[in-house]
Amino acid sequence: MLSPVILIPALLNGLLTGAVYALVALGLTLIYGVLHIINFAHGALLTAAMFAAYFAFTVLGIDPYLAVFIISPLFFAIGYALQRFVIGPASHGEDRNMLLVTLGLSVVIENALLFGFRADTRTIDVPYAFSTIDLGFTYLAVPRLVGFVAVFVVALALWLIMSLTDIGRAIRAVAKEKFGAQLAGIDVAHVYAVTFGLGTACVAIAACLLMPTYYVNPSAGNAFVLVAFTIVVLGGMGSVPGAVLGGLVIGVVESLSSLFLGDSLGQVGIFLIFIAVLLVRPQGLFGAKA
Amino acid sequence: MAKPLLDLRGVARRFGGLIAVSGVSMSVREGSITALIGPNGAGKTTMFSLISGFLKPSEGQIYYDGREVTGEPAYKLARRGIGRTFQIVQPFAGLTVRENICVGSYLRCRQRAAANAAAEKVAREVGLETLLDAPADTLTVAGRKRLELAKALATEPKLLLLDEVLAGLNPSEIRDIIPVIRGLRDRGITILMIEHVMQAVMSLAEHVFVLAEGRLIAEGAPAEVAGSPIVIEAYLGHGAAKRLARTP
Amino acid sequence: MKSFTPIAIVIAGLAAVPLLVHSNVVLNFFVVALMIALAGQGWNILGGYGGQYSFGHAIFFGSGAYVTAILQVKYGVNAWPAFGCGIIAGAVAGTAVGWLAFRAGLRGSYFALVTLAFAEVLRIVASVAPITGAGVGTLVKLDLSFASLQFESRAAFYWLILALVSVALIVTWAIERSRFGAWLTAVRENEEAARALGVDAVAVKIGAMVISGAITAAAGCFYVQYFLFVDSHIAYGAWISIEALLTPIIGGAGTIFGPLIGALVVKALGEAALVVTGEAPGLDLVVFGVVLIVVVGFAPRGIGGLRTTLLTKIKRGLGGGTAEVRRG
Repeated sequence: MLSPVILIPALLNGLLTGAVYALVALGLTLIYGVLHIINFAHGALLTAAMFAAYFAFTVLGIDPYLAVFIISPLFFAIGYALQRFVIGPASHGEDRNMLLVTLGLSVVIENALLFGFRADTRTIDVPYAFSTIDLGFTYLAVPRLVGFVAVFVVALALWLIMSLTDIGRAIRAVAKEKFGAQLAGIDVAHVYAVTFGLGTACVAIAACLLMPTYYVNPSAGNAFVLVAFTIVVLGGMGSVPGAVLGGLVIGVVESLSSLFLGDSLGQVGIFLIFIAVLLVRPQGLFGAKA
Repeated sequence: MAKPLLDLRGVARRFGGLIAVSGVSMSVREGSITALIGPNGAGKTTMFSLISGFLKPSEGQIYYDGREVTGEPAYKLARRGIGRTFQIVQPFAGLTVRENICVGSYLRCRQRAAANAAAEKVAREVGLETLLDAPADTLTVAGRKRLELAKALATEPKLLLLDEVLAGLNPSEIRDIIPVIRGLRDRGITILMIEHVMQAVMSLAEHVFVLAEGRLIAEGAPAEVAGSPIVIEAYLGHGAAKRLARTP
Repeated sequence: MKSFTPIAIVIAGLAAVPLLVHSNVVLNFFVVALMIALAGQGWNILGGYGGQYSFGHAIFFGSGAYVTAILQVKYGVNAWPAFGCGIIAGAVAGTAVGWLAFRAGLRGSYFALVTLAFAEVLRIVASVAPITGAGVGTLVKLDLSFASLQFESRAAFYWLILALVSVALIVTWAIERSRFGAWLTAVRENEEAARALGVDAVAVKIGAMVISGAITAAAGCFYVQYFLFVDSHIAYGAWISIEALLTPIIGGAGTIFGPLIGALVVKALGEAALVVTGEAPGLDLVVFGVVLIVVVGFAPRGIGGLRTTLLTKIKRGLGGGTAEVRRG
């Protein structure tokens, strides 16, 4: 059972899956790091972006890898507007309310998609969906390799935005000391909205990278979001490197535990890790403090 | 001389590498009003958190009422009779004044009627009896300070820790509340207060401890302490005592 | 709430419904609404009075449902004691989750997440474990008799669920008037200040979760007796976690009648949405979500507290409110 012929491909596959998880988690952790809320609408936004990628391909004929450049700015705008005009005003600055409002949003988005497109599962057919690279001892799926590279590109881009741009500096200031930033003349509502927009754009990128090999239905995003919560908690809430590392770890854990326990119990493994980390070390494995 | 109600022996508290309080030994005599003063950042509020169980000391022991209570959680110490107010008032904002005080009085009264009666009695003592049904978040600053005091009193403390109950009040409000505090002492509550309003410290306290940079630097009767060069320097900076002495 | 009279009036009024209405469709609507109200009343104890927002009350609903069903089907236990055991199962689950989460100091988002994760773990386990009937679910044998806690008439079921709701209302009323209730709301408003007044916040929160779990579990037990079927999606699915939270928030969290008002409003809106769209799935939940956001945004006291909210707004608008520096 533990022969390397099975183990190594499972490990590599885990890393590749983990990369997409990490992308979803990146958006979540970014929002948490600045707004200090858990965005319960994250999964529904992922689903919505997957539908966008699906229709970009089927209606407009745009390849998902190109559609990234349309859909992620679009979702940045959607995220910005949601935070600025819905979540922010409706929650009156109270954490409990933000929880409820994002939960409400997720219910609305998911069920609006269900109402509009029914529960049918849809896939797209791209020529490279099954192309692989032969490593001699195993094959790697090209689309998943693209995802793996993309997570590092996105993480790097985020890091550059954070360290080089004015808005990045403003975001870091708000994350550290909200009232101080406010006193220094930073428009906190704008910064919150930009952050939420960036987080939503991350999810849109993940959606476009997923579409060539995955399916979409109105609850497709849910499969990812609990995993993303786990990654964010594991990596330390608000930590970008933590999210990347956590994503890869969880990808491998899931891949190995489905190998040994079967698919559905493999998921249980993830949640048990999640609960254990929350209870024992809520600051995460890589986080410095709570 | 009465026995000490509270006795601290070599208490220290570190936050990571930062030393907030180090090697503090002090005792508070039963039935007295004792003040803890010191410049900002001296560690006074940290001391209160240690005494009331919100923080555990890194070193040292705390004795209260003849037994060691080091490291006991806040709610247990409150049950033993240590009441405290917070520097930044902490009302239960969504509740009425009566409900706020009842949270405290339920500690000694299991029954609702008794807890209500006790709450009303405390409200009269601090001068909130006309505002019993007002929501706590509609009170003025002075009203909130009184509520903060009332909540703590409702737990029937033996030792009451008052963290700047006078801060933010105007002179006439201070004049109104000083007799209230003295009245508490007269009915047997031992009081340890952090206070910046020196006029109040002078008129209320029998004994004063001075804390600076986490250490106890002086203690004694209020007049003695206020004249002490070490204390003046701690407040005003090095050499201040000399400069003050030179100015006519 | 000071007097018991309003509760007595509401219970009496609801008890008369089957005498006036004979349509099975309408009665079914009320039965389901009251069942959701019961689940919501459980959530209300912990979330409304205690301020601990659970996103996974399916833990209790599902545990109650499965225990009731499995004891009857696999172990031949009579429905009445099985029902009682289901409620106890909810209390036990509440103790376990509360003990773990509150002793670890989880609050706010973290608490919401951990309850969500527990519900999800239970759902996955229930969907594969043989004892729950795995993917197929568990079917309770049809036996319409008082001894089996199954009734031919809808009215009888209606009175059963109304009795359960009434007990929950009375429990809530008693909590409101008790020391435990005062301490619970104190913990919600300001945990640190509560601890300074001698409140053992962890014990109070665990206590609230035990009561909360038992009440929501009772709704799950009733579900099994009414529909005679349960599977992992019904028991531990997100739908019940959301409805248990939605009803008190919409009706007024931390008030006695909040869940009841919320459940009737939510269910009525849901029915209306289905009528408009001709049974297409999804729109009813879209409406719920929108109502949730609107209520959180504009009516923080829920529909039951709308009058107070409006009065405060009007007063503030007229300059009657005191301008205060919030931090002293």
